[in-house]
Amino acid sequence: MYKLSKSRIITIIAICLVGIFFAIPNIIDNKNALPKWWQPVNLGLDLQGGSNLLLEVKMDEVLKERMSSIEDSVRQVLRENKIRYKTLTSNEEGVSVVIENTGSRAKAANLFRKIDNGIEIVENDDGSLNIAYSDIALGQLKTKIVDQSIEIVRRRIDELGTKEPVIQSQGANRIVVQLPGLQNPEYVKTLLGKTAKMSFHLVDSTARASDAKRGKLAAKYKLAYGEMGETYVITRKPVVGGENLTDAQPAFQEGQAVVSFKFNTLGGKKFGEVTRDNIGERLAIVLDNEVISAPVIQSAIMGGSGVITGNFTVKSANDLALLLRSGALPAPLEVLEERTVGAGLGADSIRAGVIASVIGLAFVVMFMLAAYGLFGIFTTVAVFTNLLLMLGILSAMGATLTLPGIAGIILTIGMAVDANVLIFERMREEVKHGRSTRDAAEAGFTEAWTTIVDSNLTTLVAAIVLFYFGTGPVRGFAVTLAIGIATSMFTSVTITRLIITAWLNKYKPTKLPI
Amino acid sequence: MMKIFSWVTKDTNINFMKSKNITYAVSAILLALSIACIAIKGFNFGIDFSGGILMEIKSPKVIDVDEIRTSLNKLAIDDLNLQSMGEDGTEIVIRAQAADLDEKAQMNVINQIKETLGKTYEYRRIDLVGPQVGGELKKDGIIASIIAVIAITLYVWFRFEWQFALGAIIGLVHDLVITLGLLSFFGLDFSLTTVAAILTLAGYSVNDTVVTYDRIRENLRKFKKMDQTDLLNKSINDILSRTFLTGLTTMFAALALLIWGGETLRSFAFTIFWGVIVGTYSSIYVSTTFLSLFDLRATQDEANINPFGNA
Repeated sequence: MYKLSKSRIITIIAICLVGIFFAIPNIIDNKNALPKWWQPVNLGLDLQGGSNLLLEVKMDEVLKERMSSIEDSVRQVLRENKIRYKTLTSNEEGVSVVIENTGSRAKAANLFRKIDNGIEIVENDDGSLNIAYSDIALGQLKTKIVDQSIEIVRRRIDELGTKEPVIQSQGANRIVVQLPGLQNPEYVKTLLGKTAKMSFHLVDSTARASDAKRGKLAAKYKLAYGEMGETYVITRKPVVGGENLTDAQPAFQEGQAVVSFKFNTLGGKKFGEVTRDNIGERLAIVLDNEVISAPVIQSAIMGGSGVITGNFTVKSANDLALLLRSGALPAPLEVLEERTVGAGLGADSIRAGVIASVIGLAFVVMFMLAAYGLFGIFTTVAVFTNLLLMLGILSAMGATLTLPGIAGIILTIGMAVDANVLIFERMREEVKHGRSTRDAAEAGFTEAWTTIVDSNLTTLVAAIVLFYFGTGPVRGFAVTLAIGIATSMFTSVTITRLIITAWLNKYKPTKLPI
Repeated sequence: MMKIFSWVTKDTNINFMKSKNITYAVSAILLALSIACIAIKGFNFGIDFSGGILMEIKSPKVIDVDEIRTSLNKLAIDDLNLQSMGEDGTEIVIRAQAADLDEKAQMNVINQIKETLGKTYEYRRIDLVGPQVGGELKKDGIIASIIAVIAITLYVWFRFEWQFALGAIIGLVHDLVITLGLLSFFGLDFSLTTVAAILTLAGYSVNDTVVTYDRIRENLRKFKKMDQTDLLNKSINDILSRTFLTGLTTMFAALALLIWGGETLRSFAFTIFWGVIVGTYSSIYVSTTFLSLFDLRATQDEANINPFGNA
């Protein structure tokens, strides 16, 4: 006890002061004035209100599309090189083609490899070739698609003016979107639910839809449907793609809501050529495989800009413009999980958490005072220091405090006094065994230490497992529990020890008040 | 200084071992009842695990649940469940947990409910968990629980003799099964936070046992001639005041959460509250009495009991 050196005392006090320093922002009202490294603890969405969305990138559809375009390339390569083939098919996993002639099969395989980087070709015994991406290339492709999706999601959400959204990838093909304080998650979900792939196609006015439905369709055309189910025969390949758009804005034309758009140079040139060469024909504007409208081309549109007419309301024109501005998603997104907490419930939860904390704290303090008297006061000091340290560490780490996290704090308060109880009980026993006041106090700390470590480590194990497997709020709980265990071990041993040493030195009691 | 609780810290000399046959019977009955309840009644899985949607709505005035039920029934949503919450009847919870709804259908249900109910209500919470995520969360929860139990057992095994590790894990499983039984019996919402509470409880349950075992080990070394049953009794009595005080402080902290912590934390606080009671009981009456089945001295080998070196 009396051996507690000056440097140790200074270290202990310094640690407490640093902790308290980082806890201070939590009681300052004007948070914006504080520097970035000195901020209050982040509140989880369950406390401040907001939406948490877990989205899945529907990889299959992109891969299917990608493979179908490889299928087209394969067909072209085979035709150009006059290689005979049978049954050329594709699905999301790859392209398969049967080439019976062994010599041309090897030649074809070589040509296929040049179609794209990372293509692998497997030759089967029945003479068919499987063309697919290697695992590495596939992985890279998926990462790229997820990264692009995140970028587009970010742009769309930024357009809405949401404050401090968090958008991150999770696992191989998921995206987490956290929107603090959002009142209308349905709207965001609608916006994110559209890939917004736009393209312009020429309409074959000579073809009859009824023929097309029966499969009488030239290879360069395909059947498309409008909003009301009307049919169009349009060119399979778009004449201009939406990726060439640089801007889109809602506008009015003859009292009707429309969307005006601008192309980049390349798109503008192409658009100009197509409209010049096809005056009198109809141009179909296709969004996500649905024909929005198919106006007749009146004259060549050379300026690289135009308007999309259609059945728009002011709101839907606004939405479409937003989607076109922020770009098309490489793959459709699906909402797997949504958790939205209104600001009212969040505020109620904070209030409930604070009340429960204060009452829990009062209970614990009362117990300790009732059981140990003066030493109970020492414990109370340690418990409050522990709270401040926890808050300080959570704030400095930039950790997120969730409602279960508050529960973790309350529980830690309850469990934190365990170390003190162990120490005090030990002191009492040592006194009973006839040790002197100072020796007993000393022994209380040293003898109880192993037990304190043992008992805290089991809870720490649970906290670590929870952190590893938990998500969101549960993770917040695991973090506060783990930090609470560490800080409570520190405060209940060192702080009480410091106080008891000072008390022993000052009053030189002959009896321990326990 | 008034120490009204000083009775807690008085020396005791209770013969805990004497009543062990009775407490074994009590534990066995509780375990059997718990397992039966879990087998027959099962758990009230929240949407975290079953998948589904949950909405909490609030109105400035008292909500007529029947009126809302009638209007929502027109939507023909499977397994729709309405429940009033809170004291003043201004809040209700709407659940739809039909297993065959996929994510898109779930989103539709939310939109339909919102359209039907209109803007007079405050939508305090909207949770949607797709069947895929629900399944994953369930799997993760089970894996986490198993890993936690194994990790804790390994730790106790590393620190103590195998009899102690076995005693600790029997106590732990005892506590977990009975707590799960209570959750099942009261039909409390079984959610992610409930799993968090169960794992915390696992930590606490073993914590309590470890403190008792620490003392038993110490006494085994100190009192080499004492009868083993007396020694186990003495060890429990030595630390009885600690067992009480820590149990009470944790219990009251959990009680504060249970009463004032709000609806979301209810099953969490409940689990901890009852878990502490069961855990305290089992560290004495299950984990410690269990040790009396063995001759602990025969396996006490001074050389390998203290990998960390005890003071």
